[in-house]
Amino acid sequence: MKHLFACLTGLVFGTGIAISGMMDPAKVLNFFDIAGAWDLSLMFVMGGALIITSLGYRLVWRRAAPLFEQSFQLPTSTALDARLIGGAALFGIGWGIAGFCPGAAIPALGTGRWEVALFLVSVTGGFYLRRLLSPALAKTAT
Amino acid sequence: METVFTPFASFGGGLLIGLGAVLLMLGLGRVFGATGILSGAVFAESRAELTWRMALILGMMLAPGLLFLITGTMPAITVPVSPVMIVIGGVIVGLGASLGSGCTSGHGVCGLSRLSLRSLVAVPTFMTTAAITVFLIRHVVGG
Repeated sequence: MKHLFACLTGLVFGTGIAISGMMDPAKVLNFFDIAGAWDLSLMFVMGGALIITSLGYRLVWRRAAPLFEQSFQLPTSTALDARLIGGAALFGIGWGIAGFCPGAAIPALGTGRWEVALFLVSVTGGFYLRRLLSPALAKTAT
Repeated sequence: METVFTPFASFGGGLLIGLGAVLLMLGLGRVFGATGILSGAVFAESRAELTWRMALILGMMLAPGLLFLITGTMPAITVPVSPVMIVIGGVIVGLGASLGSGCTSGHGVCGLSRLSLRSLVAVPTFMTTAAITVFLIRHVVGG
């Protein structure tokens, strides 16, 4: 039941990604191209998603526990450190180069496009690179 | 290359993205961060850690097929960059998102709605570096 629920959850999220235009790198890169062929559409994606999560999370958290787990597992770190800011800065650079981000590329894999698979293999390579660069941090959950 | 401004489809897609994130919180009590889901699957230390993530990833991948069944067309994907750029960008995305503990979905959607201070710092940071990167590639190097 838990896995069927997870699968349907992914399907809802992925359908949203596909309808929104997030899985189209041409559209994503134009969102960032303020000096060129600017396309503001993705601001509406973020707006729509945030309206639902801002309200929906608070409704869900009125429950003592989720449906299929003992407790909610929210990120607990509060550190505003170099790893957060440097990591976010790097992520943006990579996003600006490739035009894909992980949340858009996973559903996009379902289109069968080889560029998407190439991107996700490269992302996984980046995960391994991070482990190589910081063995002491490797045990930290991401 | 110009793309069509799609405020309604993008807003509607955003609502569904948010709904998916809320459903994951309701069912499994987790934030919907694609980086954490993918790296958690790649580096899963137990079967329990792996299986729900694989189910979630499978569901995400079924979405274009579902849309094809309903509308008769696959979602548009136009890749305006070379394979080399995809690889370089992908590696930097993987490295940066794992160092920074999140990407567009984790920090941008889930983190901002939780009013996480880390996400409130991370999102403007990656939005800014992405815009600078696109500007440099399109208007300085390529311009």
